[in-house]
Amino acid sequence: MSWLIEPFASNAFMLRALIAGALVSIVCGVVGTYIVLRGLAFIGDALAHGVLPGVAVAILLGIPGIIGAAVSAVVMIGGISVITRKSNLSSDTAIGLLFISMLALGVIIVSRSTSFSGDLVRILFGEILGINTQSVILQAIATVVILITVAICERPFLLLCFNPEQAQISGFSSRLYHNIMLAMIALAVVISFQTVGTMLVFGMLIAPAGAAALLARRIRTMMVYSSLFGLVSVFSGLLISYFFNFSAGSTIVLVASLIFFAVLLFKTIQNSRQKQKAVISHD
Amino acid sequence: MTEPLKTSSPVISARSLNIGYRDETIVSDINFTLDRHQSLALIGTNGSGKSTLLKTLVGLLPAVSGSLEVFGQNPGLVTRRIAYLSQFQSSGFILPLRAVDVVTMGRYANAGLTGRLSGEDQDIVQTSMKRMGVEKLRDKTLRSLSSGQQQRVYIAQTLARQADLLILDEPTTGLDAAAREIYQQMLRDELCRGASIVVATHDIQEAMDCSLTMLLARKVVAVGRGEKVVTPEALLQTFGITITLGKKPGITVIEREHSHDHPCDD
Repeated sequence: MSWLIEPFASNAFMLRALIAGALVSIVCGVVGTYIVLRGLAFIGDALAHGVLPGVAVAILLGIPGIIGAAVSAVVMIGGISVITRKSNLSSDTAIGLLFISMLALGVIIVSRSTSFSGDLVRILFGEILGINTQSVILQAIATVVILITVAICERPFLLLCFNPEQAQISGFSSRLYHNIMLAMIALAVVISFQTVGTMLVFGMLIAPAGAAALLARRIRTMMVYSSLFGLVSVFSGLLISYFFNFSAGSTIVLVASLIFFAVLLFKTIQNSRQKQKAVISHD
Repeated sequence: MTEPLKTSSPVISARSLNIGYRDETIVSDINFTLDRHQSLALIGTNGSGKSTLLKTLVGLLPAVSGSLEVFGQNPGLVTRRIAYLSQFQSSGFILPLRAVDVVTMGRYANAGLTGRLSGEDQDIVQTSMKRMGVEKLRDKTLRSLSSGQQQRVYIAQTLARQADLLILDEPTTGLDAAAREIYQQMLRDELCRGASIVVATHDIQEAMDCSLTMLLARKVVAVGRGEKVVTPEALLQTFGITITLGKKPGITVIEREHSHDHPCDD
């Protein structure tokens, strides 16, 4: 069984990757729960891809990509908010418009520079094996911020999931807490893209939370399941990539997706057995 | 759990009120007053303006123009005194919540963002579930309940608010006969407590049991005591079809057993 531990014990970069991946799992597990329950998958996807121009500009300017990603996320959320308020268009349309605009801008910036070939792969698919201690510390801080936000805003967030009108009637501004939730999603995307990349961060937000939603009876339990599924994905994904020389970020997200399909299969079989039992007892 | 309220009347006062969305007026020139112990039923076809009026009373929609006071203030300022049961509950089949969690949400307005839910809050939740006959479903997940059971849980959540004004948008949707009886008893109890109720309904009999009835058809067809305003002519204007009063069981009953204004005297 030493092969389970040895890669992390003897390689500092693997240990850092595991810690960073664990933090991504917790953040995406918690934030992804709200994305799944509130049907915010599209905005999660749009944010994950929409940070590309900010990251690209940051790299061109020689500043940390995380700053560029944060600026992009703020521009996107602000833009979506302005379009939905100033027009009768649905938020989906506003998100789609910002999504394609930002993605197109990112691709144009990247295509204009010859120095981007390696960086683009890094942006899109992450560099979990090359993550440094400073980034891990930054991720840890963001994780604590997100967990504190969720602990404080648990009630309005729950009401928003249940019915935004009930949040408003209960004295919690649904717009304010919706925006806090969006900011939390943006923060999760910004701190996770370095680890699993902009293309795959969305998978970590959706797949573990989707699997957890099939099993959990309470929202807190769903967050725990979701984080655990993420942790299993990170641990096994890193091991597989280590031994088979696969892309680490992609392997992690693929494992997370496979866990979702395994849980779905399990629930489908379980439900059909329960129905059969019910029919037999009825007969 | 059902202590008499100490609020002063009128609970709602609407004068030349126009309601709608942004610049589009749905119903204009609404005038009525609702006092404590009183209930108002809104009847009309789909799209007649019932839900729009309810949302305006709750403060979810601003009035287009005119005067509207709830407890003497702008409705948006008194949301904590109002319980609202909306017509559509979202994500009922997705959310991993137990019935008790849903009802507990009714206490969040009192507890605030981080205030601790007290033992009294738990008692209120328990009592509210009992009143709607869903106490045995306490630990069942919301998605495992039938739509009628879910509706009873939602009504229990509304009760848990212990609000001075209950705004109910088609609350009997999906309820069977027994659940409707439980619901009717709940309404009588709430009125006895001193609460006021505004309910949108398609059930003309339920509307006739209220202190006041308002017939809506993107305009106020009539408002007043049910036996006076619910006439075949008014129903024709409201629904566009002829409804024969008192002849078809389940559609309309003019005779009422209880007094409108003193439900606690029975």
